[in-house]
Amino acid sequence: MSNVPNELRYASTHEWVRAEGDGIYTVGITDHAQDLLGDMVFVDLPDVGDAVTQADDCAVAESVKAASDIYAPITGEIVEINEQLEDSSELVNSDPYGEGWLFKIKAEDEAELESLLDAEAYTNSIDED
Amino acid sequence: MNKTPLHAAHLESNAKMVDFFGWDMPINYGSQIEEHHAVRQDAGMFDVSHMTIVDVIGADAKAYLRFLLANDVAKLEQKGKALYSGMINEDGGVVDDLIVYHFDQTNYRLVVNSATKEKDLNWLNKVANGFDVSIQERTEFAMIAVQGPNAKAKAGSLFSAAQQEAVADMKPFFGVQAEDLFIATTGYTGEAGYEIMVPIARAHDFWNELLQAGVKPCGLGARDTLRLEAGMNLYGQDMDESVSPLAANMGWTITWEPSDRDFMGRSVLEQQKAQGTEKLVGLVFRDKGVLRAGLSVKTADGEGKITSGTFSPTLGFSIAMARVPAGEGAKPGATAQVEMRKKWVEVEVVKPSFVRNGKSVL
Repeated sequence: MSNVPNELRYASTHEWVRAEGDGIYTVGITDHAQDLLGDMVFVDLPDVGDAVTQADDCAVAESVKAASDIYAPITGEIVEINEQLEDSSELVNSDPYGEGWLFKIKAEDEAELESLLDAEAYTNSIDED
Repeated sequence: MNKTPLHAAHLESNAKMVDFFGWDMPINYGSQIEEHHAVRQDAGMFDVSHMTIVDVIGADAKAYLRFLLANDVAKLEQKGKALYSGMINEDGGVVDDLIVYHFDQTNYRLVVNSATKEKDLNWLNKVANGFDVSIQERTEFAMIAVQGPNAKAKAGSLFSAAQQEAVADMKPFFGVQAEDLFIATTGYTGEAGYEIMVPIARAHDFWNELLQAGVKPCGLGARDTLRLEAGMNLYGQDMDESVSPLAANMGWTITWEPSDRDFMGRSVLEQQKAQGTEKLVGLVFRDKGVLRAGLSVKTADGEGKITSGTFSPTLGFSIAMARVPAGEGAKPGATAQVEMRKKWVEVEVVKPSFVRNGKSVL
C-alpha cells in the first residue's frame, strides 16, 4: 500500500506539491511513482530561474527500469532545486516526500492548485491503475 | 503461473514478484541496486529453479553432444568439467545457450533457459534421432546460485564434511554431485560462487540457512545488471534464432577444429564466417542517462541497435551491448552515436565486458 500523505496535493502524473508559504511550492514524485520506477539512478532537474508551465515536462527521473518525464504541477518559476540528488538520487526512493524532493516553484497563479488532486482522489486514481 | 519451490521464501523476504515467461519470480526484494552491490562486495543468492536441467545419458551421449553443440564436448576430459555452448539451427541461428557438465562419455548434464524450455526439449529430442541417448528432464531439484567474493565461504558453511571436501580444490566451471547436492563453480555474475542443485524437499530450509549465513536474496533485476556488467549474453535479448552466434560475441564458443566434426549449423556458420557478420560490441556512456535495449546506434560503418543496456551500479554510469556493422567503427576505442530521448549522444565502443570480480575491466 503506497503512502499518500493527506496534507499534500497531487497531479495525476504522480507529482506531489507542498505549500511552503509566500507562494512557494515544493514538488516531488509520489511513493507510488518511485515504487513503480524502481531504484533511481539519475535525476535531471530544471535550472533555477527556469519558467515552467503546468503539465509541461520539466525534469527526468531515470531509474534502473526506465526514464520517466516529470511534469510541472503548477505554472511558475523554479526557485530552488534539490542538489543532493546529483549524487544521491536514491533519496527519491528512500524518502520521496522528504529528502527526495525535486524542486521548488514560485507559483504564478495559486488558483492552479485547485486543479490538483487531494490525497483521497489521488489514492483512487492509483487504485484504478 | 508456475512457481518454484522457493516461491514462499521469496514472499517471506518481501519480494516484488513479476511474471517471467510464465514463472512468478522475484524482480527485487526492495532495492535492486543494493542486491547488485551485495553480489559484487559480499554474497548474494538467486533462485534459478525455473531453469531446466536435462540429463543426457547413453552410449552415444558424447557423439550426440558433439553433433548438437557448436562447442566441442570432446574438450571435456576431467570429470565434472563444464562448457558453455550455443545450440545452432540449420540456418545458423541460436536455438539457445547452455552449460553442459561432463561426468563421463555416456553421462552429461545440461542446464538450459526456462523461457525456451519447450522449444529446447523438442530440439534436443529432434536432434537425438539416430543416436543411442536418453534425454531426461530432472524436475526434482531446486537451483540456487550463490555469488560474490564471500559466496563460497558462506555457502560452504552449510555443507557437510564430505561436501566441503568435494569442492575444496574445485576450479571454476566444474560441477560435482556430493551427497544430496550438486555443486557447481559456475554463475552468471562475473563473481566467484556456486550454483547448487538441491532436492526440492530441502530447498526452502537451505535458502533460509543461506539467509542466516548472511547471504542476501537477489532478484532478477540484479541478475540482469550483474550479467550485463560481466558481458554475458541473455538469450532472447542479445541473440535468438534469427542471430548468428558470430554476431553475438559467441565466436569463441564455436570449435572449428577438427574440421571433420559435423555439427548442427556448421556449414551455414562457415559461410557466415567467410562472408562476415555484424558484431556485438560493448558501449559505455559516462554522462547522465541510460542506454537501453532497442535504441539506435550509428557507427562509422552504419547503423545498429542496442540489445541490452542498463545503468551499471558498479561503474556508476551506463553500459550496453549493441549489434553493429563490422569495421573500424566496431573496434574498441571507436566512438559511436546513440539516439537517446530524441538526441544523439556520443558513446565509446569497448569490448563487451565491463566488470569482473568486483572491478572495472574498462
